[in-house]
Amino acid sequence: MEIFKTIEPGAHTLVQDLGRFGFQQFGVPPCGMLDKDAGRIANLLAGNTGNQAVLEITFVGPTLEVLCDTDIAVTGAEMGLTINGVSAGNWRSHCVKKGDLLVFKQAVTGCRSYLAVTGGIDVPEVMGSRSCYIGAHLGGTEGRALIKGDLIKRFDAPLMGETRQLPEAFVPGYSHEIELRAVPGPQDDSFDEGLALFFESCFTVSHQANRMGYRLTGPVINQRPYTPSSIISEPSLPGGVQVPPDGQPIVLLAEQTVGGYTKIATVISTDLPRLAQAVPGDSVRFVPVTLDQAHRAYRERSDFFKALTAMDLQATGFDPKNLNQRLEQHLIQI
Amino acid sequence: MAKGLYLTPLFRTAGDCGLLMEFGNAIDPGINQRIRAMAGVLAADPVPGIKEVIPTYCAVIVIYDPCVTAPDTLKPLLTRINQGLSDTALAEPDTVELPVCYHPTLGPDLESVAGIHNLTPQEVIEIHTRPLYPIYMIGFTPGFPYLGGLSEQLHTPRLDSPRKRVPAGSVGIANNQTGIYPIESPGGWQLIGRCPIRLFDPARKDPILLKAGDLLKFRAIGLDEFQELKGRQN
Repeated sequence: MEIFKTIEPGAHTLVQDLGRFGFQQFGVPPCGMLDKDAGRIANLLAGNTGNQAVLEITFVGPTLEVLCDTDIAVTGAEMGLTINGVSAGNWRSHCVKKGDLLVFKQAVTGCRSYLAVTGGIDVPEVMGSRSCYIGAHLGGTEGRALIKGDLIKRFDAPLMGETRQLPEAFVPGYSHEIELRAVPGPQDDSFDEGLALFFESCFTVSHQANRMGYRLTGPVINQRPYTPSSIISEPSLPGGVQVPPDGQPIVLLAEQTVGGYTKIATVISTDLPRLAQAVPGDSVRFVPVTLDQAHRAYRERSDFFKALTAMDLQATGFDPKNLNQRLEQHLIQI
Repeated sequence: MAKGLYLTPLFRTAGDCGLLMEFGNAIDPGINQRIRAMAGVLAADPVPGIKEVIPTYCAVIVIYDPCVTAPDTLKPLLTRINQGLSDTALAEPDTVELPVCYHPTLGPDLESVAGIHNLTPQEVIEIHTRPLYPIYMIGFTPGFPYLGGLSEQLHTPRLDSPRKRVPAGSVGIANNQTGIYPIESPGGWQLIGRCPIRLFDPARKDPILLKAGDLLKFRAIGLDEFQELKGRQN
């Protein structure tokens, strides 16, 4: 059923789900929500527990006219959403009615906001995913970003009859100084002093930052003398930190397919959402972790989402004092 | 033994979900064949926790779920599978023939490529259609084949300034590489012809036409046949 008419599309609004898998060997990158934490939480707040598609809104948000009553949830970057001119909170759901006007403005904290609807956004599934991959014009709304006039549909699902909210304690803060945990490799053996410098230094997010990757500026990271600066091309995985000959690292994200530069380290998947919310000018530090530590973080995040899925997120009746206790109870049950 | 093949594969860590099994450090058909065999076994007999297997020039990349498995489990398992591969067990690669129209309207750089090498356009076509090109890897854009085996007679540098739009199906040369653009994209390769067959079609059951490990042969066709085959695709 049609739920929104696009009055203004926003700067770069895309339909994304958790990603397109199984086709990387054919040159099709995983795509998917860049900040998976915010996207998954938006779905939970809208009553979706699966891999429903959401709108990923970057920098400047859209204006949408509501075409039929529905539940929406917004998370991620704060974009000053108003419903009929009245400020509407982030990290929570809202029941909206036919004729309502949703206006997202510019991002004030972070840069990517997620809008989920009960049932999930209804666009055709292409190669196992609804995620838009603009590079190959596939998925999402006709393989492109939202444009004025686009009608957005959702899948049929019962409305929640309640509003949900993420407990304040779980709302991530988006800082302009971020730390990313990273595991050295796959080509850390091409660096010696460069590796130490990489983990000691502070880098700045440049303006070349998008869904393919974030280019950083900072001290020049040199390879060991006499090691080749490029490797035989190989597929790039999200989080890989490529160091081209100019010594300025690029953190690869969801839409990079093949790369030929040495990769000094790989940001752990648990920390990629933090980078996805970084804006040009933010500072980035890399913290070395072992693979065991990375895996522990991964499993903790997975358990957190299981517990959150099991929790009652109804907006009323939160007692912040026993919140962790409630989460722990759910963690024990897993 | 294949040039650049390691005695035992080298494992590399690619973050918390990726494990690289590197077989060598050169572009070599023998190394690539082993990688193809390895990827074939993993596809036929899936290992719990492995979500995706990506064969590349010199390595197999395994993407795993850290909630299900870990490199400590995967490394010995992958090593055993590799040791169990015998050269005779490798299936013969498929040969895929693709028609290419080397007409100047479809290959705008054909004449200048010929000029650079002191050849006639017809000689360029003969040299380009002669080899069986091994497909080492698919990537860059969906379905783009990384081919080996371009004759040295045709090695040509990239264009000084890349084109903003290279039509889908364009056959190009860049240094020692030749390939086909599956979708319209920007590109700096010298374009010598165009293939009417779609290499990538998301609506098809198998969206990607070519696969790593296959051999590719180009067959020269005329403009009429190009139009006819192109028409049949739509």
